[in-house]
Amino acid sequence: MSTLTAEKQPLRHIPDKLSTPVRRLLGSWETLLAAVAIAIFTANSLASPHFLDPWNLSDATYNFTEKAMIAFAMTLLIVSGEIDLSVAAIIALASTAMGAAAQAGFQTPALVGIGLSVGLLCGAFNGLLVAHIGLPSIVVTIGTMSLFRGIAQIVLGDQAYGGYPSSFAWFGQGYMSDFSWWPIIPGLEVVTFEIVAFLVFALLFGILLHRTIFGRWIYAIGNNAFAAQFSGIPVQRTKFILFLLTGVMSGVAAVCLTSRLGSTRHTIAAGWELEVITMAVLGGVSILGGSGSIPGVVLAAIVMGLVTFGLGLLNVPGIVMSIFIGLLLILVIALPMVVRRIRSRSAT
Amino acid sequence: MSRILKYRELLLVAIILVLIAAFSARAPGFASPKSLANIFNDTSILIILALGQMAVILTKSIDLSVAANLSFTGMAVAMLNSAYPEVPLPLLIAAALGIGAGLGAINGFMVWRIGIPAIVATLGTLTIYRGMAFVLSGGAWVNQTQMTPAFLNTPRLPVLGLPLLGWTALLVIAIIATVFTRTVFGRSLYAAGGNPTAALYAGVDVGRAKFFAFMLSGALAGLCGYLWVSRYAVAYVDIAAGFELDTVAACVIGGISTLGGIGSVGGAVLGALFLGVIKNALPVINVSPFWQMAISGLVIIIAVLFNARQERRKGRLILRDAAKSRPVRMETPVEGAAA
Repeated sequence: MSTLTAEKQPLRHIPDKLSTPVRRLLGSWETLLAAVAIAIFTANSLASPHFLDPWNLSDATYNFTEKAMIAFAMTLLIVSGEIDLSVAAIIALASTAMGAAAQAGFQTPALVGIGLSVGLLCGAFNGLLVAHIGLPSIVVTIGTMSLFRGIAQIVLGDQAYGGYPSSFAWFGQGYMSDFSWWPIIPGLEVVTFEIVAFLVFALLFGILLHRTIFGRWIYAIGNNAFAAQFSGIPVQRTKFILFLLTGVMSGVAAVCLTSRLGSTRHTIAAGWELEVITMAVLGGVSILGGSGSIPGVVLAAIVMGLVTFGLGLLNVPGIVMSIFIGLLLILVIALPMVVRRIRSRSAT
Repeated sequence: MSRILKYRELLLVAIILVLIAAFSARAPGFASPKSLANIFNDTSILIILALGQMAVILTKSIDLSVAANLSFTGMAVAMLNSAYPEVPLPLLIAAALGIGAGLGAINGFMVWRIGIPAIVATLGTLTIYRGMAFVLSGGAWVNQTQMTPAFLNTPRLPVLGLPLLGWTALLVIAIIATVFTRTVFGRSLYAAGGNPTAALYAGVDVGRAKFFAFMLSGALAGLCGYLWVSRYAVAYVDIAAGFELDTVAACVIGGISTLGGIGSVGGAVLGALFLGVIKNALPVINVSPFWQMAISGLVIIIAVLFNARQERRKGRLILRDAAKSRPVRMETPVEGAAA
């Protein structure tokens, strides 16, 4: 891959006419992901007799719902050409703050507020350094990743916070059927709060990215920030808002995760940044910025959830699963690149 | 250019001296030659890893898999030693260098031949290599009693008041400094990161330079795998977890620009020593070691801020923006997310 050869070749293949919508849909990354999801689902249900149990499946969603909520915001950030490696550290800090507040006797609404505000503040800090001072986001967020988790470590040491109010447990453990207005239909009683939150956020972020002017700005910035600036797009402010969103979504994930685990240690959510980024990239988001879609990320989240859950049912240890996640990350990025290479070679 | 670099190194030396002076005011023994030799020895592994990381960062990439590489290689060498105690140490060290270089070459291959952004490739191999360490060992530890005395004690052997571990670091510093400043390969690293397009026209194979940078980083990580296991006399899957961040921190503090092409061996070494002094000083001044992570995070951010200001002052930003305004897709694959 050299600039010299890249200059000689045409930049992109521009077709004479667009392919039909049906064909485009069939050839899209999302369709491929959906097919993979169905294949894994089928394989899992054949491999383990316990897989198809509705309660079991409902439990399985915890594998991806919290991470996916961050992945939605991360998608927007990566499309804009930035990245945030500090999301897991934000969870740790937000969770620690909530733990400290719970010890001080704060009640559930206050705890949620504290978790979200800590996320917002951390996002604002990242955004300030990257968008306003203009530092490279990879290095900045490696720094804040150490800083945020480091602060959690200072506060907690080798201790753990527990003793959250019992009503706080609902976010991570509750079912929608706890509400009286939830329809009493067989099958719907296994729907958890987190599934609903996952779907609602998917919808919100999907609309934000694909149906608003702000969403178009994100693509424009990711494709050419310089041109975007000259087109009158507030590049800095948009990036700052995206870091804020990622921070808040990490706060939301912190609320759900803390509520589900019922305790906080400084190692909480360790390594999640990797899984969140893998989810986004698997969903078809280009790590170089400028392209990607929310439906793709939703499907990628489900695929990853199914893979880890299936492996879990087969008694595969967590660290071996992480090998699969790492391989998955590299493969999904490498495959399109290799295919494109072979295609362009056969074309010339 | 060389004037700022010297300025940066002098500044770091001054800061480190001030720190040592301040800490020894609290604990008089801190600045004694023995204690200083101890600190250097304790920082040796970080120095060696930081130099490998520096080679990669110079080419505008990043290697997040060094600590996982260290863990896998350390485990492999320790298991080899406990299973075949008769294998001589030089062979084991060669094996460590070889395994490490092999793992590094995998990273380099993906970046060079497939064109995967370095951060993604090494983020993936980070989990894969550590997972492989688990698969290799089955989660078991290799303890002190299972290793041979030669394997354990050689790096600790004191020569002229400094253990061999420290001398290894000095040797690596000398070799790397020579390679980076006096060889075609070393200069091609700077050229590949400083301006890939110009490097290409000057006949430098940018991708190949990256590949060998990753291999060098991997080989040094492999060497550190052995050094780590023998120093702490135990090998398990989680050794050096998160240590890759410390190596990046050492480079950033030392003024190695993450945009590639700028930095000196002296800077990286001083950056590592800065972290080493702080790490060794915390217990001396009665601060919990739990503070270390937050402090290094804060120092990274301050150093990045400082680097950016320095680069801006030299007008590099204008050049960079001009480069950015050209279609990004045409450029050699770089850390797109950083652009």
